[in-house]
Amino acid sequence: MGLDYENDGALHAKLIEDVLSQYPDKAAKRRKKHLSVATSKDEAEGEDKGLSECDVKSNIKSIPGVMTIRGCAYAGSKGVVWGPVKDMVHISHGPVGCGQYSWSQRRNYYVGTTGIDTFVTMQFTSDFQEKDIVFGGDKKLEKIIDEIEDLFPLSGGISVQSECPIGLIGDDIEAVSRKKAKEHEKTIVPVRCEGFRGVSQSLGHHIANDAIRDWVFDKDDVAFESGPYDVNVVGDYNIGGDAWASRILLEEIGLRVVGNWSGDATLAEIERAPKAKLNLIHCYRSMNYICRHMEEKYGIAWMEYNFFGPSQIEASLRNIAKHFGPEIEEKTEKVIAKYRPLVDAVIAKYQPRLEGRTVMLYVGGLRPRHVITAYEDLAMVIVGTGYEFAHNDDYQRTGHYVKNGTLIYDDVTGYELEKFIEGIRPDLVGSGIKEKYPVQKMGIPFRQMHSWDYSGPYHGYDGFAIFARDMDLAINNPVWGLYRAPWKKMKDAPLRAVAAE
Amino acid sequence: MPQSAEKVLDHAPLFREPEYRQMLAEKKLSFECPHPDQIVTDQRELTKTWEYREKNLAREALVINPAKACQPLGAVFAAAGFERTMSFVHGSQGCVAYYRSHLSRHFKEPSSAVSSSMTEDAAVFGGLKNMVDGLANTYKLYDPKMIAVSTTCMAEVIGDDLRSFIENAKNEGSVPSDFHVPFAHTPAFVGSHVDGYDGMVKGVLEHFWKGSERSQAAGTINIIPGFDGFCVGNNRELKRLLDLMGVTYTVIQDASDQFDTPSDGEYRMYDGGTKIEDVKGALNAEATLSLQHYNTRKTLEYCNEVGQATASFHYPLGVQATDEFLMKVSAISGQEIPETIRMERGRLVDAMADSQSWLHGKKYAIYGDPDFVYGITRFVMETGGEPTHCLATNGTSAWEAEMKELLASSSFGQDAQIWAGKDLWAMRSLLFTEPVDLLIGNSYGKYLERDTGTPLIRLMFPIFDRHHHHRFPLMGYQGGLRVLTTILDKIFDKLDRETSETGVTDYSYDLTR
Repeated sequence: MGLDYENDGALHAKLIEDVLSQYPDKAAKRRKKHLSVATSKDEAEGEDKGLSECDVKSNIKSIPGVMTIRGCAYAGSKGVVWGPVKDMVHISHGPVGCGQYSWSQRRNYYVGTTGIDTFVTMQFTSDFQEKDIVFGGDKKLEKIIDEIEDLFPLSGGISVQSECPIGLIGDDIEAVSRKKAKEHEKTIVPVRCEGFRGVSQSLGHHIANDAIRDWVFDKDDVAFESGPYDVNVVGDYNIGGDAWASRILLEEIGLRVVGNWSGDATLAEIERAPKAKLNLIHCYRSMNYICRHMEEKYGIAWMEYNFFGPSQIEASLRNIAKHFGPEIEEKTEKVIAKYRPLVDAVIAKYQPRLEGRTVMLYVGGLRPRHVITAYEDLAMVIVGTGYEFAHNDDYQRTGHYVKNGTLIYDDVTGYELEKFIEGIRPDLVGSGIKEKYPVQKMGIPFRQMHSWDYSGPYHGYDGFAIFARDMDLAINNPVWGLYRAPWKKMKDAPLRAVAAE
Repeated sequence: MPQSAEKVLDHAPLFREPEYRQMLAEKKLSFECPHPDQIVTDQRELTKTWEYREKNLAREALVINPAKACQPLGAVFAAAGFERTMSFVHGSQGCVAYYRSHLSRHFKEPSSAVSSSMTEDAAVFGGLKNMVDGLANTYKLYDPKMIAVSTTCMAEVIGDDLRSFIENAKNEGSVPSDFHVPFAHTPAFVGSHVDGYDGMVKGVLEHFWKGSERSQAAGTINIIPGFDGFCVGNNRELKRLLDLMGVTYTVIQDASDQFDTPSDGEYRMYDGGTKIEDVKGALNAEATLSLQHYNTRKTLEYCNEVGQATASFHYPLGVQATDEFLMKVSAISGQEIPETIRMERGRLVDAMADSQSWLHGKKYAIYGDPDFVYGITRFVMETGGEPTHCLATNGTSAWEAEMKELLASSSFGQDAQIWAGKDLWAMRSLLFTEPVDLLIGNSYGKYLERDTGTPLIRLMFPIFDRHHHHRFPLMGYQGGLRVLTTILDKIFDKLDRETSETGVTDYSYDLTR
């Protein structure tokens, strides 16, 4: 993590000033709190040298009409936390749209016979009609659960993912779930993740975590022989196989991953979690709640780790190993040594093609900070970063990752992001599908950093090689040099990236 | 170690490597508590049976893998077809993130829309404040000429009234009083995206036409395309044909440029679309034609009310449907269909004749929006194909009746079954119990292709996993050629695959077909 650089704080401050000037006063006042330029604490407070401060307000309501990029609580629960649990049927309870738009879009990889014993890439919906809104949907939900039992007898359980109307019309999905769980002798989890709750996906994560606590844990019949090196991996959704590329390393250092939450997970892996020795959290934002609960109730320690890029992988592996003592630590050093030639070869191949290239990030969860060092391992430079739905503790953690002068934006609006990118003209932007095409139109290379742009995995050593390859192919593709029609004068096509080629 | 810098393996090959196979096998056995393999196999076989099909089709409440979306998606798509128009969806904000993503994933293009970002407090007190602030912000930041307001189900359930909210917002100065803010209530729990399209287009027309005096311009025509993932190719083809005929027309709701902006260094948030002046002028047209009847039922009713003649089609593609459309245009406009178009028609018929032996008697399952299914079914029968299953999750009983009539009109439609309101999990049972040669639909059909082995042809929105198909027309004679070629490619590729085994089947691996 030793890459040393400083960003152009003055330019970034000016960009913030410029975008704020375009808002109506009331909105400008509110947006101002979400935008900042990272500054060292030694400058700001005269202490804690080396850390940066990312002082923005977060986790508050988006302003109407500004084109927030955020989603909703349902997206946080069904889309993120529950959806990947593979042997359960997740009902999108309400009108057809939410389930339709989120169907198969997060790339939570799993192994199973879809439609028979696993159900992740299917869209189960109660397809609410007007009469369900008027008369309530509880009877329909009962029938749906019966029909699932009839048609999908090998499902391990059911979750009910509430869409907006459920909470507004006063349905009692908890009562239905309790009744039907008893009748079918299966786990049925009602989740109150209506999209209007909270300010973003984030509350949906929390609600989903609470549902695990309230509706899955503390069953009497969890039979499991636990061992001294049992860990849960928490907050890895196995996007493009991330959790597999992580698991292979944890197993190699001698740990036993008894549960992965929630990518490629079965309900059994969640039920037995309280029997593990340690919870390893990758996505802190979406799953810290249940880890804190397990710590309080079952005394299981938890630890954050980062498997993006070799520096963080090594640091994380050592940190995890320390928890288990010399035997694991010894194995860990062997594993790090084993992968060192791969890392060296990847860096030798790609760093010359990527060195000094600038990157702006805007993602959710953990990535706006966690992937920074993976870029820096390739000698790339992070000029701006921000989160869709972070809280204060995320920005505190971000301070350990970013350099002086980095532009920080919370719940950025479409307008701001466009203007920031225009003003900075980074060599690469990493964000989501909604941002991808506007950025590419500007002639700036882009990678989707939610879905890995249909590639991946990016976690672990195997993933780092793919990450490096993908950043290279994004930035160094010849198409970016073709944007300007040769008969147009330069002033008509102010394309820095192209002009520089 | 499977990974190397020389040959980087991503997910597709990486997890097939022995280290990962073994790891996953052990994970399954030790930690997943799986069902025994035999039980999984038995259940899988059971789902292929008539017995399972009966249970599957008898479902009354559960919907699995539907082929439809919700109303506001249609409204957002509709708004994208007007000049510098920003969609403003009143209600929860997550919905808007979904519509934008959905449209971007299909078109591989930017998709802009804003939300009024209502949360718990708005659920209690109503979303008026969100509307007032939201319109002001959108107007200031995104410099639109028009803001088209629709609703998510949250706003509908709590009963927010758009007309009065917008009026209030104007009174409070959010936007100038003469600024264009058409609206449509688009409850997600009624109908589907095609109804949201209908509502929004009607909302726009009402906004501009209400209170205006109509003076009919004889021979002029309005054309409304309907919700169409192929609007880029189709609308341009349509305009080419109308220009060839010399017709005076307005395409109302034309998203062909909005969803096909060039890459030249400039991000165009708005591009193309029906000009506001043209929408106003369209009141005077003699007739309004809809290319997709089930997308425009209310809109056409309104056009009728203002005094226009109306007619609707079902996604006109292939020979006869294109004939009918052009003849209608010709009848209203008084313009002859020129010889060049007759030549194009002849070329499509020529191509169909060249390939008829490969198409005659092929059985099809077709699903999608009601008009699309009708249009494709008709074309398939023109090629000598036999539609076996015609399914529209958002098909009504009226659609079912029209389909019956269409199928009865041809000897190739005699064995067809019509499935209104059914979903793709039902289709799975249908394909297992009454198999077909080809499946026509969208990307979601790939799961059916995987499970049942039926080759999938992607011809309808959304197409996420193939690129750029939507840039080519399906409508008109040229579009017919494209559809024909796509079907033939699928047939030939499959035949080549099945006959390519050296020394076993490759006697049939013919060079010329």
